[in-house]
Amino acid sequence: MSKRTIIPFGPQHPVLPEPIHLDLIVEDEKVVEAVPSIGFIHRGLEKLVDKRDFLDYVFVAERICGICSFTHGMSYCIAVEEVMNLPVPERALALRTFWAEIGRIHSHLLWLGLMADAFGFESLFMHTWRLREKVLDIYEETTGGRVIFNVCKPGGIRRDVTDEKMRDYAKVLNDLEPEIREINNVFMNDKTVHHRMCGVGVLSAADALKLGCVGPVLRATGVAQDMRHLNYAWYSQVNWKPATRTAGDCQARCEVRIDEIYQAIDIVRQIAGKMPAGEIACKVPGTPNGEYFVRTEQPRGEAVYYIKANGARNLVRFRIRTPTFANIPALVKALQGCDLADVPVLALTIDPCISCTER
Amino acid sequence: MSFFGMTKILLTSLFRRPATRLYPFEVRAPYPATRGSIGITVEKCILCGICMKKCPAMAIQVDKPSRRWAIDRLRCVACNYCVDVCPTKCLTMKPEYAAPTVTRDTEPFTIPPPAPKPAAG
Repeated sequence: MSKRTIIPFGPQHPVLPEPIHLDLIVEDEKVVEAVPSIGFIHRGLEKLVDKRDFLDYVFVAERICGICSFTHGMSYCIAVEEVMNLPVPERALALRTFWAEIGRIHSHLLWLGLMADAFGFESLFMHTWRLREKVLDIYEETTGGRVIFNVCKPGGIRRDVTDEKMRDYAKVLNDLEPEIREINNVFMNDKTVHHRMCGVGVLSAADALKLGCVGPVLRATGVAQDMRHLNYAWYSQVNWKPATRTAGDCQARCEVRIDEIYQAIDIVRQIAGKMPAGEIACKVPGTPNGEYFVRTEQPRGEAVYYIKANGARNLVRFRIRTPTFANIPALVKALQGCDLADVPVLALTIDPCISCTER
Repeated sequence: MSFFGMTKILLTSLFRRPATRLYPFEVRAPYPATRGSIGITVEKCILCGICMKKCPAMAIQVDKPSRRWAIDRLRCVACNYCVDVCPTKCLTMKPEYAAPTVTRDTEPFTIPPPAPKPAAG
């Protein structure tokens, strides 16, 4: 039996800009076990809820994550609205869905770029991010921000987008789609890419369910679980079905995300075609009293939001379970038995967002 | 399965204009909706202090006795909340970002005293 060695991975590692630490126990070149540790960037954002007014906290909720910031803000608003039984206007719901899907496109393009960077395909990385810029431009033009949007508020949204502009954005995405397809063909068909991703980090559907996986990691094993089925926001009004693969390896996770980009473009197209008219926000009378669980589908997977209020201006308790937190056990499982050189690629395929995880 | 899937994209981009700009010689014009920096029309301000209370980043200081309204540009997160809550709409969101700075100073504005009300009758 060969000697076991512990190799530290992170919290500072070239492949991940975010701090997660893994103690990799290796025998020769094979990883036998991985011991994760988190807690490097805990900011105490959940606790802050009892210091801030419940209407102001949405700005903090958006800042939990820099990629799925829109969905974080939206999930918080949905929780507050459900506690207070607010009649949110249809137009606000449609625009929320639009922004959430734009966020999915930008998050997945970002991830594809990082993935290309992780296996050393620099030109693919740059071209993926070149396309992402156009999506960020839509965000900036409609919300005023590229990363933090501040357009959601309990009761609706802060900024309107005209129907004409919506059709323009659908056209921008239509024009962008062939370019995205061209780039994605490289991910789907190139032998260099397959060499790094096919058969790496295979996870079975049974394991994924047992470990509580969410999002593309779960759907890559063949389980069609997507929280958008719960029909929050305006998802009941658009046609879509979850993208799935059955292989459960890194390539399958990549292909699920690629499919979701096209799906998001299609959802935006549908919304632009039937924008409801009317107000964009309703009045928020009084203060919330009660508790609520929200489950939303972020680009990385299912996020669970819990709020508890007692009728005061501040909420009593706020709890978030983010998708990366749910996917870390799967990562640890998938790392067992993989090659040491595959660890960065594998760690990246769960699309880790550690600042979300630690809040 | 292909080996040179990127070749077409790379050759196209070889003969195309660069995707990036030659910053700082070429500066991108901001979108009208861009949340850049907060501006204030001092004549309209009534020093109510709502912006100071609501600011999530605690970037605004309002001092009524000295008639001073000040903003810490490095603390401001450009969330637009002060603009939304301002009762006299004296605050505006400008699409241009605040100028770079090397010190952590607040930018003070002196609010002029209100014009005397015309005498009744």
